Amino acid sequence: MKRTLVVVAFFTALGLIWQVATMTGRWSPVLLPPPQAVAEYLRDALSDGSLLAAAAVTLKRLLIGYFIGIAIGLPLGLLTSTSEYFDDTIGALSLGLQTLPSVCWVPLALLWFGQTESAMLFVVVMGTVWSVVLATNTGARTIPPIYARAARTMGSEGFDKWTRVILPASLPYVVSGMKQGWAFAWRSLMAAEIFVTILTGFGLGHLLQYGRELSAMDQVIGIMVVIVVIGLVADKVLFSPWERFLHRRWGTGLR
Amino acid sequence: MSPFSSEPRASPPATLVIENVNKWFRSARTTVHALDDVNLNVRGGEFVCLVGPSGCGKSTLLDIIAGLTKPDEGRVLADGELVEGPGRHRLVMFQESALLPWHNVFGNVMFGLRRTPNLTNRQRSEIADYHLRLVGLEKFKKSYVHELSGGMKQRVALARSLAPDPRVLLMDEPLSALDAITREQLYADIQDIWHERPKTIVLVTHNVREAVCLGDRVLLMSPSPGRIREEFKVSLPRPRDINTPELAIIAQRITAALKGYLVESREAAE
Repeated sequence: MKRTLVVVAFFTALGLIWQVATMTGRWSPVLLPPPQAVAEYLRDALSDGSLLAAAAVTLKRLLIGYFIGIAIGLPLGLLTSTSEYFDDTIGALSLGLQTLPSVCWVPLALLWFGQTESAMLFVVVMGTVWSVVLATNTGARTIPPIYARAARTMGSEGFDKWTRVILPASLPYVVSGMKQGWAFAWRSLMAAEIFVTILTGFGLGHLLQYGRELSAMDQVIGIMVVIVVIGLVADKVLFSPWERFLHRRWGTGLR
Repeated sequence: MSPFSSEPRASPPATLVIENVNKWFRSARTTVHALDDVNLNVRGGEFVCLVGPSGCGKSTLLDIIAGLTKPDEGRVLADGELVEGPGRHRLVMFQESALLPWHNVFGNVMFGLRRTPNLTNRQRSEIADYHLRLVGLEKFKKSYVHELSGGMKQRVALARSLAPDPRVLLMDEPLSALDAITREQLYADIQDIWHERPKTIVLVTHNVREAVCLGDRVLLMSPSPGRIREEFKVSLPRPRDINTPELAIIAQRITAALKGYLVESREAAE
């Protein structure tokens, strides 16, 4: 309760500072619109459906690309953990490509796939895969060896051991990797949407870009707020509770 | 007469023969002779305790019997058959519980059973229930590992390793992490369960009194190189209480012998 109050007070204060800043008249309202202007834009965009449509297009791209990224990253990460050779090769490659900001894939994606959905997905997948590979690899390597030993004595070998022991044992690490992968995917998709206009769907990034072209700062800031809120909700509602639950039950607790 | 209904079938306990087992651990700088020509025969249904200080190779020997580690020389026979890898007739109860946190208590006991052939799923869950009653945890069937105390975890581990009906039970310091009171309760329980469901048991410990309390025989090991040095038969009546003076006298004798071997191996090292 007390924590909720602090949160409310903090964000109200931020809004007030913004409000006061616009009222001083030091900045042109074209460059820094007051909070009401942004709120009005968001209300209008919500009621005419353009905001929800754009959010739906963006989230669909994100989810598809993200799940493709996980489907590739998980097995690749497990494979990487099985031998030092894979760690030195696939592991090093993943680390290298993870440090590459995924917006750098945009030019390549455009040349390979043209202005298509595939180009968008490609960028999202590249943003997701490497974090998942690295986290799964780390997870499978750091689990207590005693699990695998106990499982072997009880007749769990090979594929059964990997799917029923190693993978579930490394789940807390895998979820941390999935959370990181989601963050990278989200950033890369926004960059891709701002850079690339495609005709099959206008996402949040496109709305942001149009706002810039029209010098509609209320729209630009409004979309930024939406992007931040989606990111916050994904972290606080989807990933963090899972992560905490797994670490507690698995006894790998960070807290 | 068994106090438990619907008692599952029990395999006869196996004999163990350990012949001229040698094991070296090599690293870039040194070679450690972990086991030096170890020979040991264990009767079917016998409870044998391996005692010694850390580094005497007792856990390595247990791993070799389990089939988790291969000896460099020599061999292990279980019921006359060569041990070439881990098998469900020789189950291990580990030092840390090694329970799987993503399964509840029942799921952990079922883990080995699910991989035991020639049982219906119904029989598997009946066997799991039976063993949970045996260790007194039937009420905690649905609990998860992080919700259990240390003693309860080791009871689950005991139920899990007994449920697939192994012929040999190998225990690697299963009680060393527990507090004294919980440990004493488990000494009594292990003896009861062993009486109820006879198994060939090899227990590794560094606690001499624990070994005397549980074992038919106590084998004393000493380090560098790891050897079995002396054998003590314990013929006290069962069930044994770890706090009796008779038991303490035997434990004292073994501890004195152990100290002698330690001095000897230290002098040999210098």
